[in-house]
Amino acid sequence: MIHFVLLISRQGKVRLTKWYSPHTQKERTKVIRELSGMILSRGPKLCNFLEWRGLKVVYKRYASLYFCMCVDADDNELETLEIIHHFVEILDRYFGNVCELDLIFNFHKAYYILDEVLIAGELQETSKKSVARVIAAQDTLIEHAKEQSSSLSNIIAQATK
Amino acid sequence: MGTRLRDMIRSIRACKTAAEERSVVAKECAVLRNAFKDNDQDYRHRNVAKLMFIHMLGYPTHFGQMECIKLIAAGSFPEKRIGYLGLMLLLDERQEVLMLVTNSLKNDLSHTNQFIVGLALCALGNICTAEMARDLAPEVEKLLHSNNSYIRKKAALCSVRIVRKVPDLVEYLTIPASGLLTDKHHGVLVSGVKLCTELCQANELALEHFRKHVSTMVRVLKNLVVSGYAPEYDINGITDPFLQIRLLRLLRLLGKNDADVSDIMSDILAQVATNTEGNKNAGNAILYECVQTIMAIEAIGGLRVLAINILGRFLANRDNNIRYVALNTLVKVVSVDTQAVQRHRATIVECVKDSDVSIRRRALELVCALVNETNVKVLTKELVEYLKVSVPEFKGDLTAKISGLVQKFAPNKQWYIDQMILLMVEAGQYVTSDVTRSLVVVISNANDLQSYTVRTLYRVFQAWDGQESLGQVTVWCLGEYGEMLVNSSNALEDEEPLTVTESDVVDVVESVLKDSRVTSTTVAFALTALLKLSSRFPVCADRIKALIFEYKGSVVLELQQRAIEFGSILTKHNDIKGALLERMPVLDEATYSAKHEMGVDGHHSTAAVASEPHANGHVKQPNGIGKQPVANSNLVDLLNFMDDQPSNPSLSSGDTLLDLLGDGPIGGGNSTVSSAKPSVGGADMLLDLLSLDGPSPPSTTPAVTPLAGLLDADPLSKIPLGNLSLDGGTPKGPPAVVDPFADLMSAPAPSSTPAPAPGFPSIVAMQTSGLKISFDFTKSPESPKTTIIKASYSNLSSNPFTDFVFQAAVPKFIQLQLEPATSASVLANSSNSVTQVIRVTNNAHGQKALVMKLRVSYKVNGQNMLEQGQVNNFPAGL
Repeated sequence: MIHFVLLISRQGKVRLTKWYSPHTQKERTKVIRELSGMILSRGPKLCNFLEWRGLKVVYKRYASLYFCMCVDADDNELETLEIIHHFVEILDRYFGNVCELDLIFNFHKAYYILDEVLIAGELQETSKKSVARVIAAQDTLIEHAKEQSSSLSNIIAQATK
Repeated sequence: MGTRLRDMIRSIRACKTAAEERSVVAKECAVLRNAFKDNDQDYRHRNVAKLMFIHMLGYPTHFGQMECIKLIAAGSFPEKRIGYLGLMLLLDERQEVLMLVTNSLKNDLSHTNQFIVGLALCALGNICTAEMARDLAPEVEKLLHSNNSYIRKKAALCSVRIVRKVPDLVEYLTIPASGLLTDKHHGVLVSGVKLCTELCQANELALEHFRKHVSTMVRVLKNLVVSGYAPEYDINGITDPFLQIRLLRLLRLLGKNDADVSDIMSDILAQVATNTEGNKNAGNAILYECVQTIMAIEAIGGLRVLAINILGRFLANRDNNIRYVALNTLVKVVSVDTQAVQRHRATIVECVKDSDVSIRRRALELVCALVNETNVKVLTKELVEYLKVSVPEFKGDLTAKISGLVQKFAPNKQWYIDQMILLMVEAGQYVTSDVTRSLVVVISNANDLQSYTVRTLYRVFQAWDGQESLGQVTVWCLGEYGEMLVNSSNALEDEEPLTVTESDVVDVVESVLKDSRVTSTTVAFALTALLKLSSRFPVCADRIKALIFEYKGSVVLELQQRAIEFGSILTKHNDIKGALLERMPVLDEATYSAKHEMGVDGHHSTAAVASEPHANGHVKQPNGIGKQPVANSNLVDLLNFMDDQPSNPSLSSGDTLLDLLGDGPIGGGNSTVSSAKPSVGGADMLLDLLSLDGPSPPSTTPAVTPLAGLLDADPLSKIPLGNLSLDGGTPKGPPAVVDPFADLMSAPAPSSTPAPAPGFPSIVAMQTSGLKISFDFTKSPESPKTTIIKASYSNLSSNPFTDFVFQAAVPKFIQLQLEPATSASVLANSSNSVTQVIRVTNNAHGQKALVMKLRVSYKVNGQNMLEQGQVNNFPAGL
């Protein structure tokens, strides 16, 4: 299973963290610090796997961001790389050529997408299209709710004039 | 009302320094706290979103947890969506607040909107506790049958979490899970196959159940492999590699140890292995998984050859990732087919030198698995060559592995000694004391190689560069076999002759002694070696004496004491010096390793109680601290126990000697007694310190049995690197020796303990993390069938045990009688504070050994604890 997902910028800033196995806040900070030190210092030609505390960290760099997933020692590392890529492609389609800034200002949307890709540290959807579909449908639901509430507040505003 | 989320992020990003950022965040948090306090509903979802951002930056956000729960309880989708996200991010399963959402989750799981059900399933799957899993399992199970694929797949993964949390629910979920295997939707299939895998791993019955469905899985996999282009699931020309990999993994579990099932899947495995393109990562991921499956199931030979060939291709790949997984898999394969892996040996050895630490580690592990008697010389040479150039961080690992291999596969002793010396020269600071110790044992056993060894050491020592281990071994060997160096005896055929004088040898020891890089342990080695050399090289006696005397003022207590004690031996006891400083007897490898393993297993505590009367039981005990005679063997045990301490065990103690000389049968006259006084006093204080401060004395090694002549017969000297250690000088003779040690082991003074029966060492009958029960045995000579066992209970935890009840059961041929325990509560951190007498009559005495089942119940912090166990390790003859 995937124990956690980390997105770290080249400067070591955390852009997204998702924990599927329990870690206290203190442990989380420690893990992030330790791993970002290890990963950021690795050269470009080296393999994308790190053995770490009996687990494996699979990471891949996309532009200025490192996508890291920590998996069990007997999980398929190559597949984990493919899952990372799968997630990145979905983000890319959603944001249209995703960049770090998109993920900073719309961090909640990145989480929503991740929740459509992984649950309990396991992959739930292999079709990028259907992830895009359900995310779009949920966004529409939100838009509807917003319109409704703004029209509602207009009505109230007019009524109280 | 506060700012928008976007504005907050912008203002945080605009901060130039960390302090500035902190103050912006503190301001935002204050606004948020106020909003939460005012129960601001309109902007609650925006506030929680802000809080999540702040959380991601690493600031504390616990004050917002309740807001998430309020959002979830609210009716609308936007609020629920952000509420669930906050719940998953800000909380984890250990927070009790989580309990409060169980009801909301239950409601949302039966909501009519699929997305709200999806949110609830996602949250449950990511952070549910065991309790929530139990409570909500029926709802989730219902959703596994939903006609909406979006809900089915989420319910399947949610069930994965539920099974992980509550393994009892496996049976409950097995039937619905098998229904998912025939699903048409890939998302459901991927999740369903994962669920089945999880169930199979959790329970043997589930595994049996899914074996019946193996043909369904094979069919699904086949459809994926032969199907044409499927745009929705295509990755680099492969249809849904994720699903293929999950299916292969499930097949692996099902085919393991089941030839029939393996047979059903072998066709499709062959198809996957041959038809999958290995030029892209996705294809390689499938091949990798397929190889693992083939190697795990009861596959036919042809299939295995196919798999190993794939690994061979992987190994030759330029991509480091692929090489990494190849090495990773070969390690697992090596036990199945060593020959096939041996073919790639050269490539694998190359990988040990890779610049990537992940690959190096894997390769090193693999190389070690490949070494056998025939190739050990070649491989060791390769590894040692590499050791010279490898990065410092890796040298430790590498050295440990090489020394392990050399020890295990050495074809002869000379090669072993050569390699170890080489290793110490190249990476002396990484060679552990365990390794040097076993080297010394081997040297001591190889009579014909001792002179060779000492000459080789002398040669390589000319280039000594402060390596601790090399220094220690050299000095020890010079101390023991120094005269062989001078006589040049026993030269091997192809050895160059070497001329060394006595003072050259002393030079070497002196250079170690005076070196600023070595630790005091090594200096102590050197002092002992000097002492030994003083009897071997009378010509250098004065120089040696001067060298030793330099340490009389050493700030290191250990060294000071040695210097003073050795000085006394040199100046006042020339008559016995020769005998005292004789060469160590041959060290017994078997005993050493047996003792060593015992120490590793943690059974050493048994040694704390003495059992046999001392061989020199008549030794006078001046102050009566210890009344019990002590067995030599126990001293050995004690010493072994101390082996883990940095300081090395004692060979002989000057003080003990002096004391004995003064009072004992051999006697050196009263003058010696008075001359020994100061150090006796010092050691006395030391003893007191030890008794007061049990847990942390620097190193307690018992002083050794009295006399020079005995030294050789004494099993003690089996300890290889014999040396004096810190309190080696305990002045009380053997009995006193036990006391400080016993104090270490247990708080109450053991002097009231009746001496256990001869020949029956005490045992540890049960040991858990908090509780230790040990048995002492006594037997009255008139009734050999009856044994009186004294059980002592120790509480190793920091909480007291109350309502302590000890029960024992024995087979029919044994009669058992339990007397009441001295107390029903065992104090925290107490050792042997409560005892209980058990009377056992073995009616089959001499035919059958004692066995006993134990059951112990007690309370810790009001919680009932129950421990059970069986005792099979009774000493023979009871």
